[in-house]
Amino acid sequence: MAIELSGKTYETDEEGYLVNLADWNDELASEMAKADGAVLEDNHWEVINFLRDYYEEYQIAPAVRVLTKAVGKKLGKDKGTSKYLYELFPYGPAKQACKYAGLPKPTGCV
Amino acid sequence: MAEFDTPVLKPYPEIPPIEIGAMAHSKPFYAKQDHQQKLGFPGELVDDWQRVAIDKMGELVDNSRALRVFLDSCVKCGACTDKCHYYLGTSDPKNMPVARQDLLRSVYRRYYTLAGKYFPSLVGARDLDQDVLDEWYSYFHQCSQCRRCSVYCPYGIDTAEISMAAREIMDSVGVGQKYCNEIIGKAQTIGNNLGLPEPALVDTLEGLEEDIEDETGVTVRMPLDEKGADILLVTPSADFFAEPHVDGLIGYAKVFHQAGLSWTLSSYASEAANFGMFIGSYDNMQKLALRVREAALELGVKRIVFGECGHAWRVAYNFLNTLAGPFDFLDSNYPVPQHVCEVTYDLIQRNALKLDPSANDDMVLTFHDSCNVSRGSRMGDFEGGQFAIPRAVIKASCNHFYDMPADTIKEATFCCGGGGGLLTDDLVELRVKGSLPRMEALKQVVDDHGVTHLAAICAICKSQFSKILPYYGFEMDQIVSVHQLVSNAIVLGNEQ
Repeated sequence: MAIELSGKTYETDEEGYLVNLADWNDELASEMAKADGAVLEDNHWEVINFLRDYYEEYQIAPAVRVLTKAVGKKLGKDKGTSKYLYELFPYGPAKQACKYAGLPKPTGCV
Repeated sequence: MAEFDTPVLKPYPEIPPIEIGAMAHSKPFYAKQDHQQKLGFPGELVDDWQRVAIDKMGELVDNSRALRVFLDSCVKCGACTDKCHYYLGTSDPKNMPVARQDLLRSVYRRYYTLAGKYFPSLVGARDLDQDVLDEWYSYFHQCSQCRRCSVYCPYGIDTAEISMAAREIMDSVGVGQKYCNEIIGKAQTIGNNLGLPEPALVDTLEGLEEDIEDETGVTVRMPLDEKGADILLVTPSADFFAEPHVDGLIGYAKVFHQAGLSWTLSSYASEAANFGMFIGSYDNMQKLALRVREAALELGVKRIVFGECGHAWRVAYNFLNTLAGPFDFLDSNYPVPQHVCEVTYDLIQRNALKLDPSANDDMVLTFHDSCNVSRGSRMGDFEGGQFAIPRAVIKASCNHFYDMPADTIKEATFCCGGGGGLLTDDLVELRVKGSLPRMEALKQVVDDHGVTHLAAICAICKSQFSKILPYYGFEMDQIVSVHQLVSNAIVLGNEQ
């Protein structure tokens, strides 16, 4: 599979996750969200940017608790819950947000 | 992904009329070349794949008398037909265990029995061709190897063994499932199914220590790679990552802390799960099991304890010694290995933990018995310990507990719908439909007793329920870890 955007082709896997992490850009993230019928707003971007920073440091997406804690610090304690993250990313914060952030899908019993 | 309708929960379970081919379209993503090769399998379908597959089948029945008996002895009595959650949820007759097994059995008969060799059409024997291979790939990934059908089989035929054999044959010709094989590769290189590297594990555990201290005011440690600790805790990596799993991990840590037990996790063996079993691969299962042995030796521990993971406990309880033994370097006064529920249960029996069950008064609990614990292993030193011990731990931690109907629990438990290597988004339709019998049983105790939460001791069950509960009108957080209840109830510190 692939995404066509601004005259360029980006390779993705069967579920639409980017194959090459380096391909990622803001526009591509918005395009992926559009395909799911979503529009990325500031709070989405806070999560996406945190995921990318965390991945850069640890080569893996953060655990749900690490993410909720970080979001709580950034956006206020009431938003530091998995419930809020599911409102932002209804297909699951770990999976959907990772996809828009250009990270591989978390694997395992999750 | 195709749209599908979530089954309707009926007041009483019904055996559905058959719908031929209802799930023929269901198949998981294929493993990529590098996923296959990492595990020692061909990267793509080999040229003479029929011969390779038939030879592999011969090798498997030669090595396992059990498998040969399972393939030879079915008399088509039909006792298993209505016992499979995937049949009950999908109505596809090929999901009747006898019919699914026969997809393999018919080929076995063709090449390995006298009648099948000479009079194939008289005995329902068929040649192995591409259509058969495709059908195997579809339907042997519609069996969660839960073995409920085997409980009712008068011959004791173990369907799981047949599904494992089918997957092993497919892997041997280069046709593997992405979900399982990608994960096994990660566990063998990084040490866990998630691919969580050591620095990320360190960061996650530190965060959890902070959380516990914030919540309780007590310093509870989550030690990693500490040489000289008494206990090595091996737990599913989902316990580090997902909810409600992580609340269970916090529970184990609090139990060890309060009981004064010295323990550690290992970054090298940071996974209890062993997906090698799901694909029937002894070699891959052994590689994963050996990591546990190596970590135990390296750290110099005296005991090995497994966290809440269903199939991990089956592998640990039944096969660990064969795969990675002998464990004569461990303290023989304790079971080798031990389940974390056994540890907590023993402490409760000895009044060594103070639990305040009113801490869970906001919940009315039931317990989902996980297949591999119920039908593939045991706990404690008495028959049925695997049923009694988790329930005793739950009941000591809460005031309100009701079991689901008797024909849906203990040895008759229904799979969560996502076991056996099927917990993947490309099989969501199967997972939703296959959870129907469990959801019907849950609905009954919700209606009759006001049950609000389902407790489980398996990472797969927990993730599966978080995903599928909303399809049936429940909330995703109605699934909890057993040690999450312990975590809520445990009284930390010295106060008496």
